[in-house]
Amino acid sequence: MEKTINQKAWFLVLPVLVLVAFSAVIPLMTVVNYSVQDTFGQNQFFWAGLEWFDEMLHSERMWDALGRQLMFSAIILTIQIPLGVFVALNMPKSGFWSSFCLVVMSLPLLIPWNVVGTIWQIFGRVDIGLLGYSLDALGISYNYTQNTFAAWVTIIIMDVWHWTSLVALLAFAGLKSIPDAYYQAAKIDQASRWAIFRYIELPKMMGVLMIAILLRFMDSFMIYTEPFVVTGGGPGNATTLLSIDLVKMALGQFDLGPAAAFSIMYYLVILLISWVFYTVMINLDKREG
Amino acid sequence: MSDATAHPVSQTTSQPKKRLKIKVSVVVMTLYLLFLMLPIYWLLNMSLKTNTEVLNEFTLWPRNLTFANYATILTDPAWYSGYINSIIYVVMNTVISLTVALPAAYAFSRYRFMGDSHLFFWLLTNRMAPPAVFALPFFQLYSSVGLFDTHIAVALAHCLFNVPLAVWILEGFMRGVPKEIDETAYIDGYSFGRFFVKIFMPLIASGIGVAAFFCFMFSWVELLLSRTLTTVDAKPISAIMTRTQGAAGIDWGVLAAAGVLTIVPGALVIYFVRNYIAKGFALGRV
Amino acid sequence: MDWMAWTWPTAIFFIIIASTLTVFTVLAIKFPETPRKGILRIETTRGDRLFITLLGSAFINLAWLGVVGANQPLALIVCLVYAFAVFRWV
Repeated sequence: MEKTINQKAWFLVLPVLVLVAFSAVIPLMTVVNYSVQDTFGQNQFFWAGLEWFDEMLHSERMWDALGRQLMFSAIILTIQIPLGVFVALNMPKSGFWSSFCLVVMSLPLLIPWNVVGTIWQIFGRVDIGLLGYSLDALGISYNYTQNTFAAWVTIIIMDVWHWTSLVALLAFAGLKSIPDAYYQAAKIDQASRWAIFRYIELPKMMGVLMIAILLRFMDSFMIYTEPFVVTGGGPGNATTLLSIDLVKMALGQFDLGPAAAFSIMYYLVILLISWVFYTVMINLDKREG
Repeated sequence: MSDATAHPVSQTTSQPKKRLKIKVSVVVMTLYLLFLMLPIYWLLNMSLKTNTEVLNEFTLWPRNLTFANYATILTDPAWYSGYINSIIYVVMNTVISLTVALPAAYAFSRYRFMGDSHLFFWLLTNRMAPPAVFALPFFQLYSSVGLFDTHIAVALAHCLFNVPLAVWILEGFMRGVPKEIDETAYIDGYSFGRFFVKIFMPLIASGIGVAAFFCFMFSWVELLLSRTLTTVDAKPISAIMTRTQGAAGIDWGVLAAAGVLTIVPGALVIYFVRNYIAKGFALGRV
Repeated sequence: MDWMAWTWPTAIFFIIIASTLTVFTVLAIKFPETPRKGILRIETTRGDRLFITLLGSAFINLAWLGVVGANQPLALIVCLVYAFAVFRWV
């Protein structure tokens, strides 16, 4: 749709601008202020310059957390995106069963994140959880509070359980928008199932899949509640992801300076990634349009 | 697939293939839905057991069916006030988000103006920003303006990610409404306000419903900010649950029951928007 | 505003950012432009290039601090070179 140029539209955007500025810009400015100062409580601040940034850049703790975070997000994406698309391809296209699948699949998305954590905390316990108990009965040693590998498997399966439906729903929405004519044409050409997927379904899904990848990457990159409830960042620091570490520092130890410096770097990375995704998305739109 | 016997002649070549494919997808979906439901079933199962049964026996369904856990939650103000608090700030947040997002989404979908794409991107970054970054400054901000431990503080804090999301979704839906409708209405002498409320909003009612659903959802599931900004008066149910867990000797039955009760509002809301969920998750962009 | 713990350097930093944004807004009003395609193969306006410059400068500063660790003002010179490159070629 051709849009008309109208500078007065700014007045329509103003409320959002004010509100989001209040909840985003003021806090961010505060974070910047904290990041260059030291505090000994009582709101007394001392100039510290770039010391905290220096410390954070050379702190093994942060790089480790970042490494774990990247690994987590990478694993999540490699599992959830293909699985989500696969599920979407197998969903009933219409009728009662379609609605049924939609409702059931949305259910995990609407569970408060700490309840998701609680569910899996219980589910994985060897004494009272179905998963833990079954694995134990099968003779597989599994203890997510002590074994690093088990802890990782637990939080990854939990995230797959929690969010794959989002990818599937997005892909499903994309699939539904493909006109029947495309499939009929493919049938006439006797295209293979793979060819249909590769040349009809995948290109048509690209737009929504980008949204899915963006949302999944970002949300997994800032995940806090679920792994925190399940493992508390442990065993040791094995599942201490970026947000968990940050909250520990900021609200647990009240180290305002380092936490603020950490926040800024975290935010910059997010900003960079958002920008790359956004630019790619916009250009995909343009190429199609 | 009873048709297979009804039309045996012409379609015999394609039929077995098709039947096999349908079966595969049914199996896939059954397995996937089963995977989704198992943990929830286990939670429900535990919430209906007594604690002695939870800890001493391993049973796939409650032997001594009890609703005592639910009774505990629904009669103890320390528990049920959490639900009330959550609902209050979630509803406040949904109303605020939609009120400011509607005109903004209209502007983005209809007009080009100075810095529109930058503004849109900036809004988007707030949806992507980690709440952990904002937890501490929010705590300081709302303490300094005297809003700490109030519902409105949590509602405003959740606007950080819900307003951009609402703008994004609504813009997608509004794009689908032809512009001629606006122009005709203006020619007919409608003012902007009257046109927007009387004509435009009914047209995108499903979009508004979906946006409301998403605001509700993300405000309902969030824990970090709502926990940081409240202590007693506005403490949400999710925070009450995490704190109870810390106490020695966890009351698993009650915890599970509380968990089940947090799923109920979501399930109810899903039912109402089930036909728009897919489009909503695609942010109106399909 | 006490709790925000303002300091002069950060205040000046934000004033500079704000005035840059103002200047670019005024520029955009006075001299409207059409987007162009640069070496990144994406359409950019002055505003986009400013954003790329600012974000990149933040990372340059961090990298300088992490790798070199001294003479931070020198990093600003690198940023200037980078800014010039972005406005010229992107």
